[in-house]
Amino acid sequence: MVHMLNEVWFILITVLFVGFLFLEGFDFGVGMAMRFVAKTPGERRVLINTIGPVWDGNEVWLITAGGAMFAAFPHWYATLFSGLYLPLVIMLLLLIGRGVAFEFRSKLKNQKWRNTWDWTIFISSLLNPFLWGVVFAAFLMGLPIDSEMNIYASISHYITPYTLIGGVAITLLCFLHGLYFITLKTTGDLQSRARELAKKIVVAVGISLIVFVIASYFHTDIFTVRGTILVPIYALVVVAVVLAGMFTRKQRDGWAFTMTGITIALTVVSVFVGLFPRVMVSSIDSAFNLTIYNAASGPYSLKVMTIVAVTLIPFVLGYQIWSYYVFRKRISEEEHLEY
Amino acid sequence: MDVVILSRLQFASTTIFHFIFVPLSIGLAFIIAIMETLYVVKGKEQYRKMAKFWGHFFLINFAVGVVTGILQEFQFGMNWSNYSRFVGDVFGAPLAVEALLAFFMESTFIGLWIFGWNRLSKKVHLLCIWLVSIGTIISAFWILVANSFMQYPVGFEINGGRAEMNDFFELITSGQVWVEFPHTVFGSFATGAFLITGISAWKLLKKQDTAFFKKSFHIALIIAIISGLGVAFTGHAQSQFLVKTQPMKMAAAEGLWEDSGDPAAWTLFANIDTDKKENSFEVNIPYILSYLSYSKFSGSVEGMKSIQAKYEELYGEGNYIPPVKTTFWSFRIMVFTGGIMILLGLYGAILAKRKKLEQSSKYLKIMIAAISLPFIGSTAGWIMTEIGRQPWVVFGFMQTQDAVSPNVTAGQVLFSLIAFSTIYLILAIVTAYLFIRVAKKGPVEKQKDVKLTTDPFGEEGYGSYVK
Repeated sequence: MVHMLNEVWFILITVLFVGFLFLEGFDFGVGMAMRFVAKTPGERRVLINTIGPVWDGNEVWLITAGGAMFAAFPHWYATLFSGLYLPLVIMLLLLIGRGVAFEFRSKLKNQKWRNTWDWTIFISSLLNPFLWGVVFAAFLMGLPIDSEMNIYASISHYITPYTLIGGVAITLLCFLHGLYFITLKTTGDLQSRARELAKKIVVAVGISLIVFVIASYFHTDIFTVRGTILVPIYALVVVAVVLAGMFTRKQRDGWAFTMTGITIALTVVSVFVGLFPRVMVSSIDSAFNLTIYNAASGPYSLKVMTIVAVTLIPFVLGYQIWSYYVFRKRISEEEHLEY
Repeated sequence: MDVVILSRLQFASTTIFHFIFVPLSIGLAFIIAIMETLYVVKGKEQYRKMAKFWGHFFLINFAVGVVTGILQEFQFGMNWSNYSRFVGDVFGAPLAVEALLAFFMESTFIGLWIFGWNRLSKKVHLLCIWLVSIGTIISAFWILVANSFMQYPVGFEINGGRAEMNDFFELITSGQVWVEFPHTVFGSFATGAFLITGISAWKLLKKQDTAFFKKSFHIALIIAIISGLGVAFTGHAQSQFLVKTQPMKMAAAEGLWEDSGDPAAWTLFANIDTDKKENSFEVNIPYILSYLSYSKFSGSVEGMKSIQAKYEELYGEGNYIPPVKTTFWSFRIMVFTGGIMILLGLYGAILAKRKKLEQSSKYLKIMIAAISLPFIGSTAGWIMTEIGRQPWVVFGFMQTQDAVSPNVTAGQVLFSLIAFSTIYLILAIVTAYLFIRVAKKGPVEKQKDVKLTTDPFGEEGYGSYVK
């Protein structure tokens, strides 16, 4: 009972990361599709405008996750952000470039100018989910956290074959999720090309996730700790990916998109279930693990934050959903495009 | 260079750069919301054009503000992990509330505003820009709640070596918040207003779209005057609060080594010698420091030397005097830019009243240059606030040198400092270039007819599975 709010905040942060990777996941996927699906500048423009009104709101899920970590688990926030300093610098540089690229690209009618920003969007959209995959895998694998909760890690501590597999899996998953989003938001050639590509990528997603799960068995302790919950979750992941593939073939794009959404949600949930009640695993000594108890804020702060979050989240969800409803129509080159 | 200095440089450059865009976003959103309100109420097409035209600047600016804001939030954990551990229990909460309450609101409704001109009814569209504006102001409030805790910590207790919140209400009703928040918001309104008057002045000089830019100038001028005066009054309230809560910062801002006489004189200029701890030359205006500090023409103000002695007794040995010259001059730059802004605003009002605005090419030229004044003022203000608090990061409880991440090396910070600074420089150049382009182009509109196609989340997307 005493620590119930610690658990609540662990769940809330899980939800925020699910929200981030679900929403920004398809934004990243659309960004990747700019080189793999779009063939003309006009098509690239259509793709960017499919996420135009929503990408910024989607990114706020990440900022909120960061803020929630800071408020609820300051040690988690401090350990993670200082410990993975360089990957975070890269991630931030990529996010900065990507964010301004949306706004800047159409401000000049010059093709070179546009290409520069479009490449920025593409590279950032490709590397961002990759880095998140690496970070999540590193969470599970453990990092050299010392008794003072500080990570003294070199690149070789977090760039390992295992974390690279995690990076590839998340990147492919976001790509597929984005392709399905495109099939929902465009028409004609662009739509059918996205669908055709999705048929291949869905296989790659299935394989990479299975490889990741197998690798997790060898590189982490999550099966010994939470095997009974994780096995059914992974089974559901496989089912969702298979269903996604089937729905694509039948051109049920909405359902295929729902399935990748479920896959992303379950994948993120599996990471946090595998961690629980830890938030960061120490590869030096399990006594140095950060948990939802030793990394947390005090009960008063958690109580205040819970009241605030419970009051505000319904509104946030409400108007974000409304915004998707407003922009529910497909878009094409014939109309006025803002970005 | 050592990691503390590099981390401070990075924090300073990020925050200063971020705060070029923040006040402009707050100011422009508010003024655009007013313009669109005029459009909806009066139904005149010109106001819609205004909202759209100034909206271009707002959106370019907003994008840069958002992306640098992510870094702003993450850098506490990245470079200041000991600080984050020490204050997270108190300091994290306002940041999380800011994200939940303000960031979601701004980002969602700005998307609706940009893309919603033809999809939403006039009133709903107007509501969107007001929600963006309110969002930017709420955002300012919460980040200043966090900053105020560093200046004047309240609503917490020290428990197990860290600060833990024990009174949320006290945290958000802290006196510091309520002098800092209105001061910042008025300053931001002035920033937006001076951008609009400046660009309008430029266009008026070139005699392009005269009616449009005259009207824009008038609207912005009113806001410039009101917020300029607002900045001054709230600034005065802040200095009175400062004398009580951070006398050392006030003394440094005055270059006041010894206790002042009664009444206290205000130093207009001084040649400060920090080694000898004295001023070799100063120009004083009698009574004014008493007035700044206590709103009356009597009362003395403590000097740095006696405060230093007090602090040594209280906090142990050490140097509690901040960089005096920086604090002193940044304070003066802030006050002078603020004063000039008010004078320019009032003079503009006289010209406008006499209908001589377009003929006064000298004034208009000055107003173009005056775009920079609010930026200089707010940068100087933040430098004074943050440098003047040194050596503390949380006043009285944690020193800056103890706040850095112990596991981040100087090399890493040097790398990120160079990388971020380069990006900032590029963004600054691109933003300035785009601003000039948008201004040159003027309020022309090209709009293709919007054709809306089918609904993917309806039957088509989900097919027979929905039926």
